[in-house]
Amino acid sequence: MATYNYTPADFKSDQEVRWCPGCGDHAILNAVQRALPEIADATDTPHNLFTFVSGIGCSSRFIYYMKTFGFHSVHGRANAVATGVKTANPKLAVFVASGDGDSLAIGGNHFIHAIRRNVNLNMILFNNEIYGLTKGQYSPTSKLGKITKTSPYGTVEKPFNPGELVIGAKGTFFARSVDQEVNLTKECLIAAAKHQGMSVVECLQNCVIFNDKTHASFAGDKATRAEHTILLRHGEKMTFGAHNEKGLVFENMKLKVVTIGQDGYTLDDVLTHDAHERDTTLHVMLAAMKYPDYPVALGVIRCVEDSAVYDQAVERQVEEGKAKSSIHCVDDLLRSGETWEVK
Amino acid sequence: MDKTNVQELQDVVIRFSGDSGDGMQLTGTLFSDTSALLGNGISTFPDYPAEIRAPQGTVAGVSGFQVHFGDHRELNPGDYCDVLVAMNPAALKANRKWLKKGATVIIDGDSLTEEHLKKAGFTTLDPIAELGLEEYNVVIPDITTMTKEALASTGLDNKAVVKCKNMFALGICFYIYNRPEDHARKYLDSKFAKKNPAIAEANKMAIDAGYNYAANTHQFANTYTIAPAKLEKGTYRSISGNIATAWGLCAAAEKAGLPLFCGSYPITPATVILEELAKRKDLGVKTVQAEDEIAGICTAIGAAYAGNFAVTTTSGPGLSLKSEALGLAVMTELPLVVVDVQRGGPSTGLPTKTEQSDLAQALYGRNGECPVIVIASSSPSDCFHYAFEAGRLAMEHMTPVVLLSDGFIANGSEPWRIPSMKDYPTINPPIVNDAPEGGFMPYVRNEKLVRGWAFPGKPGLEHRVGGLEKDSIKGTISTDPANHQKMVDTRAAKVAKVVDDIPVQTVYGDAEGDLLVVGWGGTRGHLQTAVDELRKEGKRVSHCHFNYINPLPHGVREIFSKFRKIVVCELNEGQFANYLRQNFQEFHYEQYNKCEGQPFTVVELKQKFESLLK
Repeated sequence: MATYNYTPADFKSDQEVRWCPGCGDHAILNAVQRALPEIADATDTPHNLFTFVSGIGCSSRFIYYMKTFGFHSVHGRANAVATGVKTANPKLAVFVASGDGDSLAIGGNHFIHAIRRNVNLNMILFNNEIYGLTKGQYSPTSKLGKITKTSPYGTVEKPFNPGELVIGAKGTFFARSVDQEVNLTKECLIAAAKHQGMSVVECLQNCVIFNDKTHASFAGDKATRAEHTILLRHGEKMTFGAHNEKGLVFENMKLKVVTIGQDGYTLDDVLTHDAHERDTTLHVMLAAMKYPDYPVALGVIRCVEDSAVYDQAVERQVEEGKAKSSIHCVDDLLRSGETWEVK
Repeated sequence: MDKTNVQELQDVVIRFSGDSGDGMQLTGTLFSDTSALLGNGISTFPDYPAEIRAPQGTVAGVSGFQVHFGDHRELNPGDYCDVLVAMNPAALKANRKWLKKGATVIIDGDSLTEEHLKKAGFTTLDPIAELGLEEYNVVIPDITTMTKEALASTGLDNKAVVKCKNMFALGICFYIYNRPEDHARKYLDSKFAKKNPAIAEANKMAIDAGYNYAANTHQFANTYTIAPAKLEKGTYRSISGNIATAWGLCAAAEKAGLPLFCGSYPITPATVILEELAKRKDLGVKTVQAEDEIAGICTAIGAAYAGNFAVTTTSGPGLSLKSEALGLAVMTELPLVVVDVQRGGPSTGLPTKTEQSDLAQALYGRNGECPVIVIASSSPSDCFHYAFEAGRLAMEHMTPVVLLSDGFIANGSEPWRIPSMKDYPTINPPIVNDAPEGGFMPYVRNEKLVRGWAFPGKPGLEHRVGGLEKDSIKGTISTDPANHQKMVDTRAAKVAKVVDDIPVQTVYGDAEGDLLVVGWGGTRGHLQTAVDELRKEGKRVSHCHFNYINPLPHGVREIFSKFRKIVVCELNEGQFANYLRQNFQEFHYEQYNKCEGQPFTVVELKQKFESLLK
C-alpha cells in the first residue's frame, strides 16, 4: 500500500459549490473527497490519474468541484465518454458522476452497456427520484403515482430499481448508500475503487426542493434507518434493527424478515451475506427489497471479480496483435498483400 | 490454347450481375484485381441491394459489380458496359439499360426457365426479343449444368457445386480478355484452403472449366488484350476507398505519435472502415464497437480527451445521431475526425447507393454557432490522403473535422501507387506537458487560436472541460454575455484560420474559358472524364474540384472570375452551389444535380455541358 498523504482538501477545486442548501449532493461530494486519499493509497493511484466524467443534471456539476481531471459531457453520455477515456488510457482512475435521469433515462443504453462490458469505471449514481435541474419532473426512478409537474395526476409508469438493472446487465459490483451516511458512502466508494471492473454505487439522495423526503420513510434519520434498512457486509449475518434483533432468512424461494428468538428462528437461520457469489439470484432479491415489506439493503450488495474487464482485454489484444503481426508500421501495412511494380 | 484472333483494345467495361447471393462482388473483385496486377488502369463500381439475400430471381435483388479496365488510368467505372454477365433473367433485365450498342451478353442458359422469367417480370419466354437484344452478341451457355458436370468428381453436394457457377463465369471472362488465373487461385486458396480445401479446389476447377469452355466453343471468335497502363514508376496495389480511409487514419496517428482510437457503430456503407481498424491491433489501434452511434462518437470524444487520436465513422443517419456530441467536441475544442460515408437519404434512404446530400448536415447540422472543418475525398485512393489530412487538421487545430466520403468511392477500387510515409509530414498537436507558471489554463491559445491539449495523467495539469460555455482563459463555467460573444467569435475564427494551412485551390485545364465545371468529393472521376472529352473536341472547358470545403481554400474567386459560365455538379439538389452562392455572391451558378442513388454518367454530363456552351 502506497502512502501519498493526500487530504480531502487536495481534491477540492476553487469553484464555489452551487447546489441548493440542504441538497444531498453536498454530503456525497464530502464523502468522495474524503474517500479519495484512502483510495489513492489503497490502489496506488497518484492524484494526477483521477479523472471524473459526468453527464447533465444537478449531480453532473460534480466534476467542477473536484480538483482532478474532469469532463462535463452531454446529457446521458457520461458512461460512453468515460468508456472512451478508460479504454484510451486504462491507467487512469475514472469515476462517473451521474443521476437517475441522466443514466437511467436518456443515457440508459450507455449505462447498461458500460456495465455489460465491465469497463473498469467507478460510477456514483445519484438517485433522487426526480429531475432537479429542469425543476421537478418525474424520473425513471420516481415512485408509481408520484405527482410532479409533468405528472399532475400521478405517474402511470413503474420505476426502475437501479440495483436490479445493474445486476441484470451482468454487473459485477453494486453498492447502495444514503447521502447522510457519509462514512458508508466512503466505504462503498473505496470498495468500488478496489474492484476490477465496472462498479456502481447508488446514493439515495434527497432533493430538498423538488422531492424532499423521498427516501425519508426508511432513511430519514438514524433511528429510522436502523429499523428500515439493512447494512450488508460480506461474511456477516444479515441482521438489522436497533439491537440487531431482526434478520433475513430464505424460505419458500423468498426472503423473509424474522425476529431472532421468535417463531423458532435463531441467528443460525439468518442468512450470511456473500457479496462474492457469482449467482445473481440472492443479490437481485436483496437489491430489490422495498420498504415497507422489507428493509432497504445498503452496503456492498454484489462484488464479483471477473477476469473479463473490457479496457484490460482491449489492451491485451493490442499487445498480442503487436507481438504476432509482421506489420509494425504504416509502411508495412501499405505494402502488405498483393502489390506490383511499374518500372 | 490456340488464340488466333487476338485484338488489342484500349479499355473495356464488364458488368457482373446476378442474385445478391450469387457471389458477383467476389467475381468482379477477382477480375479487377487480376487486371490491376497486369498493370491495367482500373475503376470499379459495386452496385448492390440493401438486402443480404434479397428475394431470389427478382430485379430488386440484383447485385452488380462493374469493372472498367484499360491501358491508361481509368477515372471512372464507365457508364455503359461492353460485356454483361447475367446469372439470371432478372440481372439481364435490370442491366439492359447499361449495355453499349452491340455489347456481348453472357447469360446462364439454365436460368431461362419459365419460373425465373416470370419472377423477373418477363411476359414472354423470349427475353432476348422482349429486351430487343437481337443486334447484340448474346451468348447463352448452360453455366449451371456445365459447372455441375465439371465438378461431378468432387463429391460435393449440389448446393456447394452450384455456388461455384460464378467462378465458371469468371473463367469465361478470363479467356476472352487473356487474364491469368494465378491471382484468383491464390485468393481462393487463402480464403478456403484452411477451413475447407475441397471448396477451394472446386472453385478453381470451375474457373478452369469456364476458361476451357470459352476456348473450345466458337462463340467467342475473338479474344482481346489490354496493354498495361503507362503509370508512374513505383509499387502499386489495388485499394478501395474505405480501406484507404482506414489506412490514412492509421498514418495520421503514426505521424502524430499517438495511438488511434475508433469508436463506431456498424452502418452501411461505412462499416468496412471499422472492420479494417479492428484488425489493426498490430498498429496499436483500439476500436470500440459501441452500443449506438451516439456512444460511438462519445467514446471517441472521451479518448480524445485522454490523449488518443480519436475517430468515429458513420453514414448520414449516424451523423444525425452524432450531432449533439459533435457540438460537445467543438465546445471542448478536442481533436476528432468524423468520417461520413454518404448514402442516399433522407432517413434510412438508400443504404447501399451513393449520394452527396450530407454536405449541409456536415456544415450546419448542430445547435448553436458550431463550425467544424469539412473536407471530402474524391477517389478510392485519395481517401488515404484526405483521411490523413483530416487527422492532421483535427490534431493541429484542436477541432472536429468531418471527412465526407460516399458509397461510390468507398466501395469502388483502383490501382494506387503506394506512398512512403517518409514523404508525409509529421503532425504536431499542441500537447502540453508541463504546467506553466501560475497553473495550466486550458483555453489559453496560440497564434492560430488553438488551445493546448493536456492529457489526464500529467501531474499539475488537472483541469475541467465540458459543454457549458466557459471562461475564455480558465475554462470554468461562464455565462458572462461578453465572454460568450468572444468565445463564439473565437471558435469561428479558429476554423477560418485553417485556410492558411490548406492548399490553394487549383483548376484542371486552362485557367480561363467558356465553362468551369465545379464539383466536390466523389464525382471527380466522372467530371474530369467529361471535361477531358470536351477539351479533346476543342471546347474551352475546365474543371475546378473541391476537397477542402470549410474553410474554402484561397484562390477560388480568382479562378471563378475567369470563366464565362460556372456549372456546379453534385449528387444532391444543390447544397454546394448554395454554399458557393453564400460565399462568393458575385458569380452566377448553373447547376447539374442528380438524386438517383447512382453516380453521374459521363454521357449525361457532356450533354449538360454542351447545352451550356451553346
